[in-house]
Amino acid sequence: MFKKIIERLFNGLIKENPTFVLMLGMCPTLAVTTAAVNGLGMGLSTTAVLMMSNLMISALRKFIPDRVRMPAYIVVVASFVTIIDMLMQAYVRSLYAALGLYIPLIVVNCIILGRAEAYASKNPPIPSFFDGLGMGLGFTAALTIIGSVRELFGAGSIFGLRIMPESYEPIAILVMAPGAFFVLACLTALQNKLKAPSATNKKDFICNGNCASCMDGSCSIGKTKEENQ
Amino acid sequence: MSYFSKVLLGLLSASLINNVVLSRFLGLCPFLGVSKKTSTAVGMGSAVVAVISLSSAITFFVNKYVLLTLDLEYLRTIVFILIIAALVQTVEVILKKKIPSLYKALGVYLPLITTNCAVLGVAIDSASQGLSFVDTMVYSVGTALGFLIAIVLMAGIRERIAHNNIPESFRGMPIVLITAGLMAIAFCGFAGLI
Repeated sequence: MFKKIIERLFNGLIKENPTFVLMLGMCPTLAVTTAAVNGLGMGLSTTAVLMMSNLMISALRKFIPDRVRMPAYIVVVASFVTIIDMLMQAYVRSLYAALGLYIPLIVVNCIILGRAEAYASKNPPIPSFFDGLGMGLGFTAALTIIGSVRELFGAGSIFGLRIMPESYEPIAILVMAPGAFFVLACLTALQNKLKAPSATNKKDFICNGNCASCMDGSCSIGKTKEENQ
Repeated sequence: MSYFSKVLLGLLSASLINNVVLSRFLGLCPFLGVSKKTSTAVGMGSAVVAVISLSSAITFFVNKYVLLTLDLEYLRTIVFILIIAALVQTVEVILKKKIPSLYKALGVYLPLITTNCAVLGVAIDSASQGLSFVDTMVYSVGTALGFLIAIVLMAGIRERIAHNNIPESFRGMPIVLITAGLMAIAFCGFAGLI
């Protein structure tokens, strides 16, 4: 059991990192990472939703009829998103204001439905919970890294702490919209250079970039490469 | 300002200045995933235009006459995503029965739209801003047209750079992201339009 939990965490953090390896959930990844703290906040709220929805869906997997499973998953995920949304509105107002629209949009984050379909619907609750935790932490780590890079070069600080010397001229474009694309492009290129496993050094996007291909069960998340082809 | 120019300005600002993909980062998955060929990009873009226009009209009335009157605003996310999912299914079935030619052109893209965050994003955004019906429609049609413009432009560029000699590390996704970044800079230029 313990070994399984460690394996799930490792899988989410490194082996199938949702951002760098699977390239899922790009919208929040690019939109909220103007600063490291926003990336961290978005990552953690997604992690919370992912853990709870995985746990719930896995616990209900024997009761949900196969034909209506997608609407059922969407309702479960949307409920948890609403809870997180209200909690954040009540307790972390500044983060809530910074993330804005992207909090309700956690519902359509492909990572969550992808994990529900690929893992939680087939496995018992405890491993599913830790699968959600691992994936969520992988997502959080990726968002924090992208946010840190953008904040470091775009504003000269990380988590609001000044890193660069006073004479450093911030590259303002990195905290603006185009910078998000450039930073992710460079990080992915670096990953390709180091020959790390990624969805991007193959010709095609995994799932062909359609989150919804997870919907008809043809999703390749959680399957091995041979099964994909 | 006349009514007509107000509508026109609204459309311009929603489609070009605050482009949904390039400055607000909604709908990135299809933008990056289905932009390899111009023909598929046009199909995907038109399907998104149709679904966003329909869904924002429906969610507007549901929000105004059901959620707000019953004081159930906190259910907005759940209700909207269910409406969108149901709508997409319904449109698909109707098209398949009634207009098979259109279904052939758009049908394959329809199921992919439920998880397109632009659709839900536009619905939630216009509901939380409390826009009037006309404003909601202008905003959502403009946004959808912006998506269509962006994805078709992207597909055109990708077709051209497909056979270029790109540095090895940047092949695949990175060069697409760089292209998107350059397009985003170009779209920043529209900010001076109004």
